[in-house]
Amino acid sequence: MTDKKIYLDHAATTAVRKEVLDVMLPFFTEHFGNPMSVHSFGRDVSKYVERARESIADNLGAEPKEIFFTGGGTEADNWALRGYALANANKGRHIITSSIEHHAVLHTCEYLEKEGFEVTYLPVDSEGFVDPQELEKAIRPDTILVSIMHANNEIGTIQPIAELGSICRDKKIAFHVDAVQSTGVLPINLAELPVDMLSLSGHKFYGPKGIGALYVKKGIRLKPIIFGGGQERGLRAGTHNHVGIIGMAKALELAVAEQKDYVAKLTKLRDSLIDGLINNIPQIRLNGPYGEKRLPGNVNVSIQYIEGEGMLLHLDMLGIAASSGSACTSGSLDPSHVLLAIGLSHEIAHGSLRLSLGRENTEEDINQVLDVLPKIVANLRAMSPLYHG
Amino acid sequence: MEYTDKVMDHFMHPRNVGEIKDADGVGEQGNAKCGDIMKLYIKVEDGKITDAKFKTFGCGAAIATSSMVTEMVVGKTLDEALTISNQAVAEALGGLPPVKMHCSLLAAEALHKAIKDYKLKNGLPVDKCDDCGACCHDHGHEDEE
Repeated sequence: MTDKKIYLDHAATTAVRKEVLDVMLPFFTEHFGNPMSVHSFGRDVSKYVERARESIADNLGAEPKEIFFTGGGTEADNWALRGYALANANKGRHIITSSIEHHAVLHTCEYLEKEGFEVTYLPVDSEGFVDPQELEKAIRPDTILVSIMHANNEIGTIQPIAELGSICRDKKIAFHVDAVQSTGVLPINLAELPVDMLSLSGHKFYGPKGIGALYVKKGIRLKPIIFGGGQERGLRAGTHNHVGIIGMAKALELAVAEQKDYVAKLTKLRDSLIDGLINNIPQIRLNGPYGEKRLPGNVNVSIQYIEGEGMLLHLDMLGIAASSGSACTSGSLDPSHVLLAIGLSHEIAHGSLRLSLGRENTEEDINQVLDVLPKIVANLRAMSPLYHG
Repeated sequence: MEYTDKVMDHFMHPRNVGEIKDADGVGEQGNAKCGDIMKLYIKVEDGKITDAKFKTFGCGAAIATSSMVTEMVVGKTLDEALTISNQAVAEALGGLPPVKMHCSLLAAEALHKAIKDYKLKNGLPVDKCDDCGACCHDHGHEDEE
């Protein structure tokens, strides 16, 4: 037993990297101007903001003009859906998404339904994949927008976005991708991908919180959802979070530069964790796919007869941070919509555990989890009226 | 969301986990809201609860309230035990986060069901309160979220 804390919740958020923090710090104090100001303080910061925009565009295969800064991934998702729907309602009022999107997309869709739009929620298979044929079948003459996430935050499923995007492009329907979990981890080349809008969030790839971006392909019309000053070419008002922007750009540069090694390292850790859990805990199942179509840092298992929050609390007492799709941790009293969508019963979804790996994790961390978790499971099962040993 | 030290103590070191093979009353209750399940076993002698054990499938709050209710009932008469509401269990734990108040209902309801089971087995009259852990004692159902 060590006193070291083990963080296995990188899908929730990551720590700002030292190299990122270092480039951010002077911008709190020395370079503090408002980039919209005419004077030298403003011009100075404006130069750095535009450099950051160029860098982010470069790392995504986009044009700088196509990158708009937002207050995070949720705002980017909200804006893409609402902004596009409002600007294009004259062409149609039907939107297609999947049943396993993040709530930033799903709850925006529910809002749009109240505003008179119709939304089709595509089902997914038992591993969480959207079937391109299902998308094709769901498209109607009045479909204006399709929104499908790149990689799922809970079960790590990587969607075939190139294929889904091609279908949309053929039918001249806008395609939005929530890439919050995949940015920096999976290659994204918007010069080649048939994607019209893409959301990302700085704090998921070792950048700061409260900053994100929406890629909007040239020619795509969006209405603003935040009104005020003329920032971001009049489309997203509000003083630039220049410190966040500069930090996010640096974080993405590092992530893209180190992507190959990072993915190789995480994949190895992920697979030894999955194998270890499956081999050491009876009546357990992996949620989401095995192999290359799974986010390299994602492990999500359901452990039968017990509930997720109990596991989290026990792990937390031992310094291990994880998360669960259990109803008891969702705050909504329903288990994760993603786990239900892949066909799990409430009871099995209740016993889910997500361990999401990141750059500071080691083989020792994995061994520590594999040492303590089977005992925690046995302990909780001994208490469960559903378990009959 | 944070649990009190008392909740964490009862969760990490639950009292009276297990089954009573020759229980005089058994109450099994599922929580329709979140899917938790509790099974409570009681021994009754001369109208008093002399032992209580539980098994629970549920979160930290569900396990802690289960453990707490077994501590609260031992030594009580059936009538005294029936006055234990979900609110009382939560209070005994130093409170529960608002989103977890529904968990305390599970423990109180399982208790009331176990007592009803005992009464039915022994030909004693059963009243409507025996089914419910909250309605007769407080009206916290509506605002627990």
